[in-house]
Amino acid sequence: MTGQGKRETGNVLLEVRDLHATVEGREILRGIDLTVRTGEVHAIMGPNGSGKSTLAQVLAGHPAYAVTAGQVRYEGKDLLAMAPEARAREGVFLAFQYPVAIRGITNAYFLRSAVNAIRKHRGEEELGPVEFMDELEEKLKAIGWDSSYLTRPVNDGFSGGEKKRNEILQLAVLDPRLAILDETDSGLDIDALKTVAHTVDKLRRPDNATVLVTHYYRILTHIRPDFVHVLADGRIVKSGGKELALELEEKGYDWLREAAPVA
Amino acid sequence: MTDVGHYLAAFKAFAGNGAGRAPSWLKEIREGAIARFAELGFPTTKQEEWRFTSVAPIAERRFSHPAARIPRPVLSQIESLFIGTGPRVVLVDGRYAPELSSAGGQPAGVRVESLASAVAQGPGSELAREHLARHARWHDSPFAALNTAFLADGAFVLVPAGATLEQPLEVLFLSSGRPATDGPTVSHPRSLIVIERGAQAAVVETYAGLGDGVYWSNAVTEVVVGEAARAELYRVQREGPQGLQVATTHSRQERDSFLGAHVVTLGAALARHDITTVLAGAGAELILNGLYLLRDDQHADHHTVIDHAQPHCASHEYFNGVLAGRAHGVFTGRIIVRPGAQRTDSKQTNNNLLLSTEARADSQPQLEIYADDVKCTHGSTVGPIDQTQLYYLRSRGLSPDAARSILTYGFGAEILDRMRHRAVRDRLDHLIRERLA
Repeated sequence: MTGQGKRETGNVLLEVRDLHATVEGREILRGIDLTVRTGEVHAIMGPNGSGKSTLAQVLAGHPAYAVTAGQVRYEGKDLLAMAPEARAREGVFLAFQYPVAIRGITNAYFLRSAVNAIRKHRGEEELGPVEFMDELEEKLKAIGWDSSYLTRPVNDGFSGGEKKRNEILQLAVLDPRLAILDETDSGLDIDALKTVAHTVDKLRRPDNATVLVTHYYRILTHIRPDFVHVLADGRIVKSGGKELALELEEKGYDWLREAAPVA
Repeated sequence: MTDVGHYLAAFKAFAGNGAGRAPSWLKEIREGAIARFAELGFPTTKQEEWRFTSVAPIAERRFSHPAARIPRPVLSQIESLFIGTGPRVVLVDGRYAPELSSAGGQPAGVRVESLASAVAQGPGSELAREHLARHARWHDSPFAALNTAFLADGAFVLVPAGATLEQPLEVLFLSSGRPATDGPTVSHPRSLIVIERGAQAAVVETYAGLGDGVYWSNAVTEVVVGEAARAELYRVQREGPQGLQVATTHSRQERDSFLGAHVVTLGAALARHDITTVLAGAGAELILNGLYLLRDDQHADHHTVIDHAQPHCASHEYFNGVLAGRAHGVFTGRIIVRPGAQRTDSKQTNNNLLLSTEARADSQPQLEIYADDVKCTHGSTVGPIDQTQLYYLRSRGLSPDAARSILTYGFGAEILDRMRHRAVRDRLDHLIRERLA
């Protein structure tokens, strides 16, 4: 189900086949097919309740979602067989729609623990607090933050926009192969959106890929997707290039929902 | 059952013996206190305030007062119990240990000394007469009454008006935890801490057990914070594994003063700590900040009362508990807003993390508000590690064990963050990490 009319040059990074998933017994994903290659940005759009966030969480390994059928391969490996931390260490990153607050733990300590868990997995030396601060400085600046955010507890007392920026800071620091952004644009004002989009855009490389889950067209004017997929009732009902996003912006989602989903 | 008579007999021996040198006002207080203890007797779990804590391990034993000539530790054995290298007063089994104490290095007028010598001479004698046993409510507490009845020595800390101290002043109460020939021993640690008008200082009280035998430590601390003074009081409880501790801390704050009272409870098989703080002058601010880390069969009960007696005062109370094994934590947070204490701003939270299915926490807020223009909030939680937080950390590459350990440490770190004296906080941080490792 990759987009049409686009040359497929990168290697296959993520391959989702006929993915079905339930939460609390309700089926939310009802047969998702998606192929993401390195160097690509995919936008997943769709109305509320269509399963966008569920897809993102299933890919990250949320324990509350049960996969009932289908498979997901990431760099050729069975992603669904991997624990959430194993996925992260292998380069999968989910920017949460609702980032979690952790009292008592500073952002700096949290970030360094995450970086070191991944470095250790790669056989690299762990970073001490001072080295880590050096690495961080530029990335902080990119999202428009000063170091005071590092001494605050993780997302505790952060505004909605600050939480989203914090997710993007983590993205920048952890530098994953596959970044999944779950409605990172929701709740951001236009300046914050630009900052976030710019940071994400700068992280694009031929050897990584981004899946942008969004409800709105707005962010796609800043991060231009190679492919746009429309999710409705747990299935991808239409895929296309970035022009599809504009069409959705003009027509809404209803015309697609009425169309019979492609099995 | 409860053997009050045993202590009455011990008091007779004490009053007729080594206590003779005390001034008459103190003798009178002691007589009143032993009489009050005899009336009150040991509490039972039928009493509301003791509902969750049985003192049977204390009431059903006969504790003796240790003999004068007990072997004392040498400095190198207890060095690790100090936070810094500043002035300190050390008591072992209730007796002043001059060879372990050090008064040197502080500005003029600062006293860190034995309570007995302070009562006998110097500026302490007037202050002791004014404050000693005048604040802690021994009329209501058999334990505070018993401590007061046997009041012979203790620690006296004075920071005179306007003095600003960088180094923390330390008080260390050691229990040797070695049973005497006639059974386990009891001591009655006593502190009087006076931070005068406009002074700024940090005081650290540490209670520690040296042996692993059964003993009872029955402590009372009175703290007076003068007008516009800024005080940080740290209380670290590291009693031995079979230690039994009952303690009363009572603070009184004058106008526009700040008190950060920090409690870290790590030790003892059974611990009960009654903390009463009185905001006695308008504009006073209190942070009452506590952490209990319990495991095995430890039981710790923190019973706090914040008394807003005057308007425009603020109190922020935070107690966190981390409970492993079959440990039991109890928190009672009573907040009284007296008539006329308008513009009171009071916040209380108690969060408990249960690390095992057998651990238990009881949390009881009690608000008594008799003024109308006040802001009071409270909240408490009891539960295991939050699954959403755990998943969030795992999604960033942390193993479940590492994630759990970070979240557990977070419960402690949240309390540590409110400690303003950096060196003390760092030392306690180290202690807490060591304990959670």
